Amino acid sequence: MCDQTFLAATFGPCDNCSANRPLMNIYLKNEPINYCSLCVELMACQGLAPGETLASLKTESENLKVKLEEERAKLHDVELHQVAEKVEALGQFVMKTRRTLKGHGNKVLCTDWCRDKRRIVSSSQDGKVIVWDAYTTNKEHAVTMPCTWVMACAYAPSGCAIACGGLDNKCSVYPLSLDKNENLAAKKKSVAMHTNYLSACSFTNSDMQILTSSGDGTCALWDVESGQLLQSFHGHTADVLTLDLGPSETSNIFISGGCDKKANVWDMRSGQNIQSFETHDSDINAVKFYPSGDAFASGSDDATCRLFDLRADREVAIYSKESIIFGASSVDFSLSGRLLFAGYNDYTINVWDVLKGTRVAILFGHENRVSTVRVSPDGTAFCSGSWDNTLRIWA
Amino acid sequence: MTIRTLRDHGQHYRPRMACLNKAEALVVEMQDQKNGVKASEQKLNVTTIPHVMSGQDILAWIANHMKVDTQEAQVIGTMLVAYGYIYPLQDHKKLVLKPDGSLYRFQTPYFWPKQKWKPEDTDYAIYLAKRNIRKKGALDVYEQEEYNKLHKWMNHKWDFIVMQAKEQYKAGKERKKADRVVLDCQERAYWIVNRPPPRTHSALDYGIDRLIDPNADEKKTLDYYRRIIIFTQQAIMRSRVKSSVSLGAIVKYVTTFKNHDPFLAPCLPSNPWQTDDDTYWELNMRNVEVPTKMRVERWSFSFFELLSDPRGRADFKVFLKKEFSGENLAFWEAAEEMKWGTAASMSEKAENIFKTFLAPGAPRWINIDGRTMGLTVKGLEHPHRYVLDAAQTHIFMLMKKDTFYRYLKSPVYKDIQKKAISPAPHNFSDAQLEQNAKNRKPGIDPIIIWQQEEEEKAKAAAAAGPIDIKKLMQNKLDRK
Repeated sequence: MCDQTFLAATFGPCDNCSANRPLMNIYLKNEPINYCSLCVELMACQGLAPGETLASLKTESENLKVKLEEERAKLHDVELHQVAEKVEALGQFVMKTRRTLKGHGNKVLCTDWCRDKRRIVSSSQDGKVIVWDAYTTNKEHAVTMPCTWVMACAYAPSGCAIACGGLDNKCSVYPLSLDKNENLAAKKKSVAMHTNYLSACSFTNSDMQILTSSGDGTCALWDVESGQLLQSFHGHTADVLTLDLGPSETSNIFISGGCDKKANVWDMRSGQNIQSFETHDSDINAVKFYPSGDAFASGSDDATCRLFDLRADREVAIYSKESIIFGASSVDFSLSGRLLFAGYNDYTINVWDVLKGTRVAILFGHENRVSTVRVSPDGTAFCSGSWDNTLRIWA
Repeated sequence: MTIRTLRDHGQHYRPRMACLNKAEALVVEMQDQKNGVKASEQKLNVTTIPHVMSGQDILAWIANHMKVDTQEAQVIGTMLVAYGYIYPLQDHKKLVLKPDGSLYRFQTPYFWPKQKWKPEDTDYAIYLAKRNIRKKGALDVYEQEEYNKLHKWMNHKWDFIVMQAKEQYKAGKERKKADRVVLDCQERAYWIVNRPPPRTHSALDYGIDRLIDPNADEKKTLDYYRRIIIFTQQAIMRSRVKSSVSLGAIVKYVTTFKNHDPFLAPCLPSNPWQTDDDTYWELNMRNVEVPTKMRVERWSFSFFELLSDPRGRADFKVFLKKEFSGENLAFWEAAEEMKWGTAASMSEKAENIFKTFLAPGAPRWINIDGRTMGLTVKGLEHPHRYVLDAAQTHIFMLMKKDTFYRYLKSPVYKDIQKKAISPAPHNFSDAQLEQNAKNRKPGIDPIIIWQQEEEEKAKAAAAAGPIDIKKLMQNKLDRK
């Protein structure tokens, strides 16, 4: 497992105020204590103690940052490409467009696969959300949202509902029905409410909870049935553009990436930010967990994709080339984690060898930015959505 | 209402153009006198235009300089044209780099797309007005429409706009003809990039603006530093592993799953997306009677893999039934349902789980250590969705370290390994592939599958409930 969060207490009486709340595990004078988020806030905002000045706090924070880097470097004994030397090289790849899904009237912004491995939900700038059977290229359902720029969409694990949101600052859940003539908008349920645009949403392991990220800089966990906010996550200093849930059954973490160039790791139970990586030079457009859950990849406007190892707590690989100038908008791993598919703003998709750090293929075909790349649940194909209004399935 | 607020969506900061720095650096190199792209003078209509390049020269230079093949060089070149760093002299509305003798020029840096400077509608109006003055009817249809729209919206500024246009027109007339032609071309190219003709897109269209300007310096107040201190302290104390260990684990994962990745090894019988035959999905359905050999092999990789495959979990349950130790898995499943369930059902679920699994003398009592039991029972006084976390993890580790390995060595697993099928790879001829493409099967709607599974779960739950001895005896007595 990549985290020891199961050992930590994340709910119970706060050491300060004794109220029963979700707890954050922090350190006060090198002693571990459990404070609820309210007490942590109060502690952060209290006035200067005798002997403290703004300058002294600044030096303390900088010293700690240096110490963190030192701690991280202490255990850094080998590079990824060194460990990967013994791994055999990949052969040539022939990936072709197997299906082209046409039907959106404007830029495709987001897609998600259904767990049945063939259905896809996609959302676009004109407010339309379409559910396709990608195998037959039939459109199964269509929803018109009351707003434009639907930047987030997700398929429920059961396959019975979809969630979407965008400039309306909300995330709405639409239960799907077997009756093709039914107006899905009638049963719409507004779940999440942010103070600014919704950039990404994802169901957790069931249909009952949704995780959302927003341009207002926060992420939040919501209960679908009641619309209740279960937990909020503060820590980004700019718009949060992307999030991904951890795949392991025993970990309770998710990752988010934002315009502040940081990729943060969060504990879903307490709302605490437990790890942070700030090595990108520009906005992080996409983050995605490695299939084992111990690492994640990110794609950014600085035209690089990077691999971060959660257990070693460092960046372990950079996937970049001098000839790639334009930002990566979306990344996803193949089933084994050996391949990283990344969609770029120069209309291409680059396929990287995760272990060796080299590019194994470049795919052309889209006529505008590739905005989203998702591998199917059984790894047989991946879908790319683009601002040229089409989706392509590659295999 | 001006056009600007519409496009702003109430948000402000122009973002997402980090690529411009790299693009500018590349263009500067291309313009280098010695090592840049070859440029020469060309005669266009009646005037001679300096520093003109051909499309194929640009492509060759890019391919050489960046060490890429022609297709990729084409992409880079087209992006440079689309962003307005290079503009075509002929066919000026189509912003692509043609790999032939078509002529291109570098755009003057004054007209380069800049991070902080948005082309204003006022400037566009002045430009259109100027062209109108120069030659009536010189505007294209879409430009005429834009001109009319701007006239309506900017009516209050129109005198200023017309005056500016006249000034620029007069200034232009005083220039030499060659310079004027060049400047006109450049300006026209600039506006093609920033106000694209209909049915084309502008490369400068970056989507919506960010809300918060990350370049703005955050106010460095007390709590700003305190928060950093709190976060960094706990980050330092967090345990880490050596890179060799964690990277080794990543490599091991890749090697283990290598043969199961459809992109690396062919999936049997064939990839449905490639051959339009969905046998692969049929054989691997959630509740198929006889699984494939690859699927059974995958169960042995990790306990997580076994549990996440419903067929694997079912097989594991068969094994547990034989061992009479099904309560661990049942507790784990119940805890999962609580964790991911609706908020309203929390306390009810907590009570049921306590009664069934944790209370002393419970019908399906699970064996966990005293400390965890104590923590859990105490937590259940104020039930929340993660109250069973410690107990659930303990049980999961127990099953993972002990029961799972016994399962892999058990006759149940060996039996299913023997029974598992290994489909032969398809070998379709071209005619057959065409036939397949016409007969793609629609598949079952996931809603129906989910409804079926819910029914089966309900039946299983009813069957697995604790046996009511009294009722059983009553029935026996009644029958007597």
